[in-house]
Amino acid sequence: MVATLFEKVWDQHYVCQETEETPAVLYIDTHLIHEVTSPQAFQMLRDNNLKLRRPDRTFATCDHSTPTTKPNSLGEYQFFGEQEKNQVEQLKKNCAEFSVPLYELGNQKQGIVHVIGPERGITQPGQTIVCGDSHTSTHGAFGALAFGIGTSEVGYTFATQCILQRKPKTFGIEINGALSSGVTAKDIILAIIRQIGIGGATGHVIEYFGSTIDELSMDERMTICNMSIEAGAKAGMIAPDQTTFDFLEGKEFVPKGKDWDIAVSGWKELYTDDGAQFDRRILIDASKIEPMITYGTNPQMGIKIGEVIPSNNETQALKYMGLEEQQNLSGKSVDVVFIGSCTNSRISDLREAAKIFKDRKVAQHVRALIVPGSHEIKQQAENEGIANVFISAGAEWREPGCSMCLGMNGDIIQDKQFCVSTSNRNFEGRQGKGGRTLLASPLTAAAAAVTGRVTDPRELLARNDAITEACEHG
Amino acid sequence: MDKFTSIQSKVVVLNIENIDTDQIIGSDHLKITDKKGLGKHLFADWRYLENAQPNPDFVLNQADNASSQVLVAGDNFGCGSSREHAPWALLDFGIKVVISSSIADIFSNNAFKNGLLPIKVSKQQHDFLLAHHGDEISIDLQNQRISCADQPFSFEVEAFSRYCLLNGLEQLDFLLGQMPQIKQYEKKYSKEPV
Ligand code: SF4
Repeated sequence: MVATLFEKVWDQHYVCQETEETPAVLYIDTHLIHEVTSPQAFQMLRDNNLKLRRPDRTFATCDHSTPTTKPNSLGEYQFFGEQEKNQVEQLKKNCAEFSVPLYELGNQKQGIVHVIGPERGITQPGQTIVCGDSHTSTHGAFGALAFGIGTSEVGYTFATQCILQRKPKTFGIEINGALSSGVTAKDIILAIIRQIGIGGATGHVIEYFGSTIDELSMDERMTICNMSIEAGAKAGMIAPDQTTFDFLEGKEFVPKGKDWDIAVSGWKELYTDDGAQFDRRILIDASKIEPMITYGTNPQMGIKIGEVIPSNNETQALKYMGLEEQQNLSGKSVDVVFIGSCTNSRISDLREAAKIFKDRKVAQHVRALIVPGSHEIKQQAENEGIANVFISAGAEWREPGCSMCLGMNGDIIQDKQFCVSTSNRNFEGRQGKGGRTLLASPLTAAAAAVTGRVTDPRELLARNDAITEACEHG
Repeated sequence: MDKFTSIQSKVVVLNIENIDTDQIIGSDHLKITDKKGLGKHLFADWRYLENAQPNPDFVLNQADNASSQVLVAGDNFGCGSSREHAPWALLDFGIKVVISSSIADIFSNNAFKNGLLPIKVSKQQHDFLLAHHGDEISIDLQNQRISCADQPFSFEVEAFSRYCLLNGLEQLDFLLGQMPQIKQYEKKYSKEPV
């Protein structure tokens, strides 16, 4: 029998099949938790006198409420307020009480939950992974079935290592062709969401495949799977291949030696068989994709930089954004640039941004905040000299965390400020009350930082090339 | 959990598409470690003016609607973040049923587990309900019927969630009842605790 990648993973994880009366009981291999969506679930265990069944399959980090400034000379972290501090302390207590390993603040392995899972090799092909966080879809880049759950289900997973699920439908997105220079994975996913809509994949698990996907690095694949939820998808998946295995080999939690070989040979079976059918399928030509930017208050409201804002009757969104139909965003002055979040805070994102920042300065009126996804990435960027490029340009180089992606830790933008952000949501007030978010790639964000305006990054990349050429011939 | 059988209430219409969970309850209010008191922050950015006074133009602030338990919202309600604080806030405010032509997956899952009934209706039924702001509506979960302005129609609801709501059962108890099968699965796939 032929099967899709999703079906193969699903079939290896149901404890009981679904019936008309009851959903499937789905086994969870890996449970990731953080401080915001877990306290009430721990309380549920206490209220029901239950144990946390599998602390060995549960991993905790703190990232949402954590400060991105360095601790003071006494090693104390400067939380935005008591509530944030309390939440992080609560997580520490809960993890200690229920024996859950925690990457706490200050730990060199701490970072954004969806960044450190793959980084430590906790995330592996063919697993089921849940987290009380919608961007859990990120881990699907490894061929895992990974999705966000609510706090009740966090509690169910604590208690039983299972959740109840109706089998979702499948949605194949085939992407072929070469990306032109200056076009990134972020532009691919923004173009896809624009095409299928913010609710376009509701009830479906997306699988991305095709020659474009084959060529992408793991970081880029994660960016794409990360934003699957912004099209309403249950999850996003990509079949594991040599790129995946090379990324994972040697990581802390992956099998070693002979066990590694056995694991890889199993992972090699995780692909959609020829002839397997998706419930829905679309084809995308990657060569037509150009740098994208959003203009509205959900991620489907995106355009190519240089295109005008369409006349789609999005009155409320445009009023909130202070923009108009038929307006060209190119050249629009911006106030803040944020490079970070589980979508775009990995080392390759920072390397891309650094190409633009190198030998340039952040525009006078712009605040540029660069927040690596984890300590490991931060360290690497510092070792590679990238951090210095940012600092010399005048950007703020911060400690890892979610930061301005949702502004829970006090890293926010002000009322009516425009922020070009590499995060994933441009919802009203997401980055601060009244704040106006323009989602884009790290290249586009960096270009906005140095010019102070919405700018097609290809203009600056072309200038880089011209300078390099002049130097070579000079 | 309380049993959910039927509800009779006025309809309150919030005809905005893609209302995301950040809008339902902002991240400022995710800092609590319990589930209490979120109702006052429901839709806060829309509900309150700069000076923190209620915005008289916002539908939930109008006296006639203050006690409505049935919210009819624009398409794709509850998209975005997985925060269960969204149904907690709606329930704390007094909303027991949310109706739309499409409701985001995670929100629906979260809603059911807290005794909030999410109902997906057809485009046509949705248009009809959107036009009946302030009218009486009755929702009968047992028979899966809605009636509004003398217009009855039926709705679909996931069987297990319906069963749990009707009987006031926690889904967790069902899962705990599966423990023998779960252990068997772990054994079969060598996933037992070491
Ligand atoms: S970076 Fe943003 S989207 Fe990602 S986990 Fe943190 S808050 Fe959520």
